[in-house]
Amino acid sequence: MKVGIIRFPGSNCDEDAYHAVVDHLGAEAVYCWHKDHDLQGADLVILPGGFSYGDYLRPGAIARFSPIMQEVVAHAQRGAPVLAICNGFQIACEAGLLPGALLRNAHLRFVCEQVHLRVESIATRFTSRYHVGQVIRIPVAHGDGRYTADGDTLERLEGEGHVVFRYVDAGGHVTHEANPNASMRNIAGIVNGAGNVLGMMPHPERAVDTLIGSADGLPLLHSLADSLLAEVGA
Amino acid sequence: MTRFRVAIHIVPRRGLLDPQGKAVSDALHSLGFAAVGDVRVGRHLVLDTDAESAEAARASVQRMCEQLLANPVTEDFHIAAVESA
Repeated sequence: MKVGIIRFPGSNCDEDAYHAVVDHLGAEAVYCWHKDHDLQGADLVILPGGFSYGDYLRPGAIARFSPIMQEVVAHAQRGAPVLAICNGFQIACEAGLLPGALLRNAHLRFVCEQVHLRVESIATRFTSRYHVGQVIRIPVAHGDGRYTADGDTLERLEGEGHVVFRYVDAGGHVTHEANPNASMRNIAGIVNGAGNVLGMMPHPERAVDTLIGSADGLPLLHSLADSLLAEVGA
Repeated sequence: MTRFRVAIHIVPRRGLLDPQGKAVSDALHSLGFAAVGDVRVGRHLVLDTDAESAEAARASVQRMCEQLLANPVTEDFHIAAVESA
């Protein structure tokens, strides 16, 4: 398994992703520069967090036009997996890989804290190592994380089981207080229709070691590794 | 070809929560401007573009807004002015 981590000017979670993949998952990872057209044979692409292009215009709006994004979109259209975290989620929405948009947090503050997420679906290649309803602790760090979509899109996401993570309290209850940015329906992460692109505002790559608070992000990486191994085996 | 200067207003779509607009509205109320109702904070762009006519410039900017300048999920835009630059 080879992981391609995209680097845009302003990416700042690229090294966290590398550390999680290489040192904790034990897989190979390479950085892919935004001006290149080469994913270097990556099986999995990670769009990492950060502030690509200084969030000019809107978060993710300019990164979408980077040369490497043509390859990322082609990779996704082949059905290969893309993990889009934080700014990566914003980029994926702007690029049309995922529906909806991420708007300014309702309270207008940057949030940087551990949050509780409830795993809503394990029928994805990203979450097979969790169990349904499991409450996990993953950090968020963003100013523009309020997931927003029109009513039809929300109904489709819910109806087809594409809401993967929701902000909840420690007991697993969906509450207003547990929602760090006022995302619609407490949505923290979604997959696309084909199930190969996951976008999430929380940072699983920063939750890979109990020494720094949580290792609840590791099963996500292991789920991905399982799914890629299964493809090779098939 | 003529150079046109085009002004564009982009605002959060009505009905969506605009926390910046709400904060500005609250601040205006605390200054005594009690008559202020809804406030929406957006962006104002002024761009120069070459076109055969003002209509062509407007049509071109319309496409720019649809494809990049405004987010079709969350924002409305309005081409406020098209003038010779």
